[in-house]
Amino acid sequence: MYHVPSTYQGVTAGMAVLVLLSEFAMLRAPLLRSQVRLYAFQSLVVSGLAAFVAASKHIDELYVLAGLSLMLKVILVPGLVLRLLRDADTDLAGSSVIGTASAILIAIGVSAFGFFAIGSLHVSSVSLPTSALAIACAVVLVAFVLIILRTDVVSQAIGFFSLENGVSVASLVVASGLPLIVDVAFLFDLLVAVVVFGVIMRVHHMRNETLSTTELDRLRG
Amino acid sequence: MSALIVALAIAPLVCAVVTWFLPVRISKYLTVVVGTLTFVGALTLLSGTAHRTVSVGSVLRVDSLSVVFLLAVTFLYAATAIFTKGYLKVEPGSRGIRYGRRFYAGLNLFCWSLVVAPLVNGLALLWVAIEITTVVSALLVAIDDTQGASEAAWKYVVLASLGLGIALFATILMYYAGTSVFGAAYNLSYPTLLKGAVHFHPDVVRLAFVLGVLGYGTKMGLVPVHTWLPDAHSEAPTPISALLSGALLVVSFYAILRFFQIAVRTLGPAFPRDVLLIFGVATLLLASLYLLSQRDMKRLLAYSSVEHMGILAVGMSFGSPIAIFGVLLHVIAHAAAKGTAFFGVGSVVRKFGTKDMTKIRGGIGALPWSGALLVASVLALSAMPPFGIFRSEFLIVYGGLSDPRDVVAAIFVVLVTLAFFGLSWFTTQTMLSPDSTNVLEAASDTIVVVKGEVSLWIVASMVIGLAALVLLGVHLPSQLSELLHRAAYELRPPR
Repeated sequence: MYHVPSTYQGVTAGMAVLVLLSEFAMLRAPLLRSQVRLYAFQSLVVSGLAAFVAASKHIDELYVLAGLSLMLKVILVPGLVLRLLRDADTDLAGSSVIGTASAILIAIGVSAFGFFAIGSLHVSSVSLPTSALAIACAVVLVAFVLIILRTDVVSQAIGFFSLENGVSVASLVVASGLPLIVDVAFLFDLLVAVVVFGVIMRVHHMRNETLSTTELDRLRG
Repeated sequence: MSALIVALAIAPLVCAVVTWFLPVRISKYLTVVVGTLTFVGALTLLSGTAHRTVSVGSVLRVDSLSVVFLLAVTFLYAATAIFTKGYLKVEPGSRGIRYGRRFYAGLNLFCWSLVVAPLVNGLALLWVAIEITTVVSALLVAIDDTQGASEAAWKYVVLASLGLGIALFATILMYYAGTSVFGAAYNLSYPTLLKGAVHFHPDVVRLAFVLGVLGYGTKMGLVPVHTWLPDAHSEAPTPISALLSGALLVVSFYAILRFFQIAVRTLGPAFPRDVLLIFGVATLLLASLYLLSQRDMKRLLAYSSVEHMGILAVGMSFGSPIAIFGVLLHVIAHAAAKGTAFFGVGSVVRKFGTKDMTKIRGGIGALPWSGALLVASVLALSAMPPFGIFRSEFLIVYGGLSDPRDVVAAIFVVLVTLAFFGLSWFTTQTMLSPDSTNVLEAASDTIVVVKGEVSLWIVASMVIGLAALVLLGVHLPSQLSELLHRAAYELRPPR
């Protein structure tokens, strides 16, 4: 007898896959601008997922979360980063340590690892989709690949923001019952983190007149 | 008692807001007053929370473990406020005024986040508090606006945020582990988690614990995820370095202990101890080797912090109650010793205008008080009697020798001795070597300075730190000793 996934599980897993695919697309995107737009798309999917979980589980607070994350992660943050790129007006193409094909291969490897690592826990739950958790883990790992392989501040920051998207997916499918105060605190914290990233990116750009991180090697030992 | 806890959680925040608007000369005194009052508040909690846990609403909760960390953080808050009064030189003009305001508001906000982290109830709120410490301290590392500072701040914010991303994932996995007991909707507070932990799914808890140690370990400075630490500590303004080193690292350790507390209930003591042992020994080894090859004074102290975090992790891995008692005492003693050492280095850096140890000679001659106190604090850091770290490391080793794996205790002693060698070699070279003005063939690149203290406030902050260390080493107050016993008892695996 086969286990037939419910509509809820199917849709959440499908949206989680979309998040993972956009993470891969970011890894492939040569231009920093397109990377930011992909991040906006990914955040849109995450907001949609929040709204879907809210509707199917009747958790009204999650609508607030979906709305906030739509405003912040889809509109505000990409807008700010795109403005920084316009102002910087240098190195518009992203930089990578290795070629795109090898990067994708590594990413496939780590996401498979993440998928099977969660799978090997052998936990199954009726109400919570474990497959979506495994995909979220893969998103986090691919975000790490992105951050490690790119050598410019924009890619690294976007990599971190998309890692947060991966964790958001995990928290939506697994921990949607957390009280609202905690959710709002998370979101507020992320907002602050994003602002700080923005400030330090600007400081970096003003000090070094480049967005690249290759020259950040004075402090060592 | 509840009112006091709420006041502790609010006072530094109010102080941060107020200092943003006040002139710097008033902010200096206000910060000293608020810092001292929070320390007095923590001392009051020490006796007030005896034998019971105090909860305020569902948000704040104080048990013995929280009070231990609260004491370390508030002590350093007060001492740093006093030090900063003497250390910070604000240039005249609007630029200087802006800098001073930002600095004091940031300093108080940073201390607020550090005070709140041990007070909150639950893994989720703890994560939020520690994330706030990251964002505030990253801005404070960058505040000097030099090239080095911007490099250090970028590395710090990227690595610490990634670590906290992992820690958040670990928190969510812990929540997931709990859903099998409590259903899909519950609250991540400590009493709930500790009550249900025996029935959690062990594999999920195992994964959550390892990710928790890795994630919070990034902020604690465990090898191999410590790489931001020496940069941030050396490039930040000295008061911030002291807080990063003495308070921020141990607050992250506190988060690891909360994961530990749950994990030992689900998994038994063996697995969590092994994880901490591996991280701890690697950290201790790497830090003591790096201590032998430093030129920058603040980097030297930063690696010493990495070493002490290794000591905490190894101490927890011994698991005997006496070793855990030692670890908790070490948290407080390290905060006092590292703070004092950084204050001394701050004084030296102000005097000589460089952090490069090859250019600094005759430190004690130039700074008769803070130089001597710096040497004493470095001896304290190297676990010399009569200071508190001697007692704590002694207890850790004593606990380790009673463990079946007593070879680890032997390795521990060797590595700590190596670290002592590195730390004391460089310090005595810079501080106790003859004054370059008196030597005929003085090396041409050493810096010649006039004799005299930078500020009496700096000396005062160092005297307070060393007095606390002597007190901890010579006669441990009975109330503190009871508190540490209770906290160690809270961390024990259930029978």
